[in-house]
Amino acid sequence: MPDATGLELIAQRIRSSLGDEAVTGTSYSRGQATLDVAPAAVYDVLAYLSKGDEEPWRRLMSLHGVDYLPAEPRFGVHYQLLSMERCDRLNVRTRIGGDEPHLPTVIDLFPTVDYQEREVYDMFGVVFDGHPDMRRILLPEDYTGYPQRRDFPMGGEPVLFTFNENQYPRWYD
Amino acid sequence: MLTTRLDKVLNWGRANAIFPATFGLACCAIEMMSVVSPRYDIARFGAEAMRASPRQADMLILSGRVSIKMAPVVRRLYDQMLEPKWVVSMGACSSSGGMFSNYAVVQGADKFLPVDVYVPGCPPRPEALIYGIMKLQDKIMGDKAMGWRERYQAEGTGEVEPGIA
Repeated sequence: MPDATGLELIAQRIRSSLGDEAVTGTSYSRGQATLDVAPAAVYDVLAYLSKGDEEPWRRLMSLHGVDYLPAEPRFGVHYQLLSMERCDRLNVRTRIGGDEPHLPTVIDLFPTVDYQEREVYDMFGVVFDGHPDMRRILLPEDYTGYPQRRDFPMGGEPVLFTFNENQYPRWYD
Repeated sequence: MLTTRLDKVLNWGRANAIFPATFGLACCAIEMMSVVSPRYDIARFGAEAMRASPRQADMLILSGRVSIKMAPVVRRLYDQMLEPKWVVSMGACSSSGGMFSNYAVVQGADKFLPVDVYVPGCPPRPEALIYGIMKLQDKIMGDKAMGWRERYQAEGTGEVEPGIA
């Protein structure tokens, strides 16, 4: 990971080339460097980090969705970048709100992101605009809802034990 | 008199030559495989001929959790099996959902197909599965009242009613 100073330098370079509002913040904790990026600037920031001459982040290791439910904006999408030249990693993080969040796809920068964006769509309902095949990947096609959202019901059934047997009268029918 | 005798002979033959379908769903399948191994040797009970096609099998062992995406596949395999056919639900997951109390797993395989024997355990020891298969043998050789059609009010849905032959 770049150290805290290196992270600030990266943020500064992005701000000077893409504008001040592209990077909303940086955080460095437990040896992990993270850039907070505005959702509108995600594509430009990742293009700058992966294709730019000053930056070595050529690979995207993984992409994740997060639901921070009580917090607003509610959803987060994390991109983890890897530099083979520097043996170094960098997290890029964005937050999006709303019930049907949208983000631009980065599939033309990183082809590997195809299935991962579909998985985030499957589990969190984040729609990646411009993705060529935005449909469910793990769950059945006719599934309704996005099960990894925090307000999605847990599912399952109450297990019958002796102590709650009388809460379910005629359970044996 | 003759028909009941013939029925008994048929059921004795069915019970002592159960062909299980080669069908593993999850970690219980490891225990199911070791049941066939020389150490536990299901051949002692005549159920060692694992058939790779549901058309040749007459027992389906649900060895593991059934996810909601797998459930239609399992149901289709069950429908492809020829009568008479039996289902053994092996382990906590296929019997009740087990530890997977979530959006992805069917809470008990008896929600979408009739189950004859439930074997508890997580996973059940091979001995437990053998005991379940022996229970199934008792059921096959026993009277019709042990059958699932009565319990699920499904009389008359079979291709050939047992007992007619």
